[in-house]
Amino acid sequence: MSTRLLGAPVQRTEDRRLTTGGGSFLDDLGSDACAAAFVRSPHAHARIRDIDVMDALDVDGLIAVYTYDDLTGPMAEPLPLLIPHPSIIDGRTPYALAREYVHHVGEPVAMVVARDRYAAEDAVERIRVDYEILDAVVGVEKAMQADRIVHEGMADNVAAHLVQEVGDAPAAIGAAPNTLELDLEIERSASIPMEGRGVYARWDSARGGGLRLYSSTQTATGVRAAVAAKLELQLGQVEVVVPDVGGGFGLKIVHPWPEEVMVPWAARQLDREIKWTEDRREHFVASAHERGQQQRVRVGFDDGGRILGLDVQILHDNGAYLPYGVIVPIVTSTQLLGPYKPGAYRVEFHSLYTTTAIVTPYRGAGRPQGVFAMERTMDAIADHLGKDRVDVRAANVIKPDEMPYDQGMLFQDGRPLIYDSGDYPKMLRMITDLVGWDDFEEYREQARAQGRRVGIGLACYVEGTGPGPYEGGHVQVETSGKVRVATGLTSQGQGHETALAQVVADKLGVPMSDIEVTTGDTRRMGYSVGTFASRGAVTSGSAVAMATVRLRDKVLKIAADALEADPGDLEIIDGRVQVKGSPAQGMELGTVAVLSNPLRYAFDAASAAATQFSGAADYDRPPVPEDEAPGLEGTDFYSPLRCTFASGAHAVIVETDPATAEVRILRYCVVHDCGNLINPTLVEGQVHGGVAQGVAGALYERMAYDEGGQLLNASFMDFLMPYASEVPRIEIDHLETPSPLNPLGVKGAGEAGVIPASAAIAAAVEDAEGFRIDQMPISPSELFHLRRRHARGEIASVPRRPAHRSLTKEN
Amino acid sequence: MKPSAFTYHAPTSLDDAVRVLAEAGPDGKVLAGGQSLIPMMNMRLAAPAVLVDINRLPGLDTVRVDTGGVRVGALVRHTDLEDDAQAARTVPLLRQGLRLVAHPVIRNRGTTVGSIVHADPSAEMPAVLALLGGSMEVRGPSGTRSVGAADFFTGPLETGMAEGEIAVSAYFPRPAPGSGTAFVEIARRSGDYAMCGVAAVVTLDADLRITAARCCYISVAPVPLVVDMAEAVVGAVPASADLSAAADLAADRIEPEDDIHASADYRAHLARVLTERALAEAAEAALRETAGPGPHTTGIGAMR
Repeated sequence: MSTRLLGAPVQRTEDRRLTTGGGSFLDDLGSDACAAAFVRSPHAHARIRDIDVMDALDVDGLIAVYTYDDLTGPMAEPLPLLIPHPSIIDGRTPYALAREYVHHVGEPVAMVVARDRYAAEDAVERIRVDYEILDAVVGVEKAMQADRIVHEGMADNVAAHLVQEVGDAPAAIGAAPNTLELDLEIERSASIPMEGRGVYARWDSARGGGLRLYSSTQTATGVRAAVAAKLELQLGQVEVVVPDVGGGFGLKIVHPWPEEVMVPWAARQLDREIKWTEDRREHFVASAHERGQQQRVRVGFDDGGRILGLDVQILHDNGAYLPYGVIVPIVTSTQLLGPYKPGAYRVEFHSLYTTTAIVTPYRGAGRPQGVFAMERTMDAIADHLGKDRVDVRAANVIKPDEMPYDQGMLFQDGRPLIYDSGDYPKMLRMITDLVGWDDFEEYREQARAQGRRVGIGLACYVEGTGPGPYEGGHVQVETSGKVRVATGLTSQGQGHETALAQVVADKLGVPMSDIEVTTGDTRRMGYSVGTFASRGAVTSGSAVAMATVRLRDKVLKIAADALEADPGDLEIIDGRVQVKGSPAQGMELGTVAVLSNPLRYAFDAASAAATQFSGAADYDRPPVPEDEAPGLEGTDFYSPLRCTFASGAHAVIVETDPATAEVRILRYCVVHDCGNLINPTLVEGQVHGGVAQGVAGALYERMAYDEGGQLLNASFMDFLMPYASEVPRIEIDHLETPSPLNPLGVKGAGEAGVIPASAAIAAAVEDAEGFRIDQMPISPSELFHLRRRHARGEIASVPRRPAHRSLTKEN
Repeated sequence: MKPSAFTYHAPTSLDDAVRVLAEAGPDGKVLAGGQSLIPMMNMRLAAPAVLVDINRLPGLDTVRVDTGGVRVGALVRHTDLEDDAQAARTVPLLRQGLRLVAHPVIRNRGTTVGSIVHADPSAEMPAVLALLGGSMEVRGPSGTRSVGAADFFTGPLETGMAEGEIAVSAYFPRPAPGSGTAFVEIARRSGDYAMCGVAAVVTLDADLRITAARCCYISVAPVPLVVDMAEAVVGAVPASADLSAAADLAADRIEPEDDIHASADYRAHLARVLTERALAEAAEAALRETAGPGPHTTGIGAMR
């Protein structure tokens, strides 16, 4: 295998298994385990007066019922606040089971363990909870008013408050020749992975006890540490194994969930295997959502459209609790800047409690909201000045020769917001060329002549990816010649098995078919952070590459000894170490592995070759040289200095039906820069999935809470996840600006596709309709009512210059 | 999402099925395709104590077509009826409606008769039955009876069937000679229940003048709502028919409601738009029908 594998469109090696029913997901495990089910609050806010379990005790197959009163020690304390940030004023987290109060529909109040899930649900149905119903708080406006309070003992609903300033934005806006104000809103959506959450615990009481925990999570090591702390176990007593995971999209980075501590706790109490598989209704009300912001933008700009000052105020809905801290509004605040460099910037957010499901990062993690604010502002500036929308963006982007560019803020990882590389002017040229920006007005005229209404929009983003602290890689050659690779972060369908195998195959010189990759298993790699923030390729990819280089050095050293050659004269081709230029002189990697581990006992032909009487011994050296270890393996860790910043732009052409107000996407174009591509097919798959969720958030999905805090669409019948029939064909052009920060030159690609979708689609609908779109998502019914208001003069028309850029090669 | 315990019966004769269902009384429920009942049971929104599975009953899985219309047995899956070319020729509205019923996977299991018995006011096949003036054959402890569509749909998820009765078949009469039909709807996603849907039948005489026209509305009334459009369009040729007047007739009769997907006003607006579209398409089909096989031209463009 002499062709380079890094950068090749290798087919996903996991797909055969996953698409032919060979996957092993959480619910495929533990078929004999007892089942857990939870009594959940039907109210958004209530005080628990009494829990009566008497009726449930008759249920055939019931094993145990637990309420808060059964919990002691750390289990009786609130779940951890995972990311404590100085801006947090009062960080409330839930208890594993509700203690006196519930703060959202779906909050677990009691746990039932039974022979199977049928019996468990029968028991759940018979447990009667007497609630004193309290005031629900739904929506950031209500939360900010603070006439109703979510959490007992708080004077208002503000969980966190943060102001960040670069320069003096209010002064810059005050002095600017042009100013605008925009009020914007993005509604809630959610990750909604195909597989919900799930936990399966086995307690082993031998030798002081040990826990094997399977969880459908994005962080095996995080769950391990969190559960160990709650159950007062040593880390060494807890193994966490993550099986195949059917999607996470950020949701499963939250840990430990109440269910994730209750299931292992009960398994230990009862000394029985227990499994809990979340059902879809539970998932909608009791896991997590995202988005959900109101923004007020004030901007001052010169006559060229260059932003002199930008002031953004954000009301962020964080739901009932704050277990994941304020990552989302911090990401919004910082990534709002995108590829642009305003003269001065001030951003302020209030993160607010409401009596709804918690808000934690969902693919994009606050960026779609930030991009919406910035890109709606760009379009408004263009319209105000009568300029082309692309030209205004071109006037504001950071130029390649300004890289690395310091935005002067701290990013979500607490490190400086410094863009490492990127070519934003080229990105703008590529996206407008791809979509045919300058030819659009001709198309619009043709469509108009047929009675059709079309519009075009675009949006740009920058995404900080691959945050630390670190990931590790372990690469080991077996005596069979097979290569086993492990990294600690988990996989939810991204294609890590393929991408990491490509890295190893390329760096070591072995065929892909000889490589087996394991992720998310604390038995194989105990040091890890997790899969989130588009960090897998950057962190684990780099760590595995570095570990492979270490391993290769060892291979060459041992083989050089055996072949009596200089390591520098050796190469590894197709799993065979050989002398450059004379391939007959060489040995298989498996043989090198045999030599690396001197043995006393022989078990088979291979091990016989490694025993003490097998060859000529050098009596002046110990069998294992000093500073060496037996075995052919390499381990290394990659800890990034800071994030690497991917970027991209989307352009969309929509058609809006003049009669029915239906919105149809005619073209969806993507220019994407994630640095060097490990595998373009995987990256395109990530972009496709991201765009699908972007279109979902723009045109279909929302979380319809009523004023009482009931989620009205908690099923796939009413939560409108788009089908394949609703997702457009996606046209992609890649730009590759390598990152200087990691050995592979890669940037993250996992979230990119979703980020600018709402902004770009809003812009295109606005362009088709001729009035401002400042709230997303938008349904046909809502567009119909906006048209009516526009016809009545309640909404102003947008004065728009025909789409045509005055871009030149120079800008 | 696991159902409560229930007793399961799988009788092999209709008489047994009727007897078991009668014994169960109000706690009994018939299982055919299960595309609505099973999810409701899993979510414990329905908890029948007795389930009578009719899938083993002989003779209920046939589509019988004669010159007068199409009789569809209780076990005929949507897909099989959709694929039946003879049925589609005799009553084209069957296929026009069926292709809008959910998705192929659901149509593979769900039965047309089951959908009608479920009587969801947003479902297509009840509207097809209502528009064509069809009937349901139901069997109970006291024998078999036929219930006309007008009497069958009594409210949302409510029918004129008595406790202990099993729907055996649905009969869809062939529209009068010179008729064309259409079914149009607007849904949030392909295959979803429509925010509004309209089925239409238009009949032309030899002079290509409209002699009869009716529309049936889904998702904007408690039952599939049939509106006679004769007053607005009879006597006109399709190209000059006053479709706006037809839309007015519909607007007076529908009772749309707000929900999370669409406002009542928007649904009412869609009812108007779709009335015009459905009548235009049905008239176009009627013109094709009247012209017979072979090339033809229509003056239908003016109607849109």
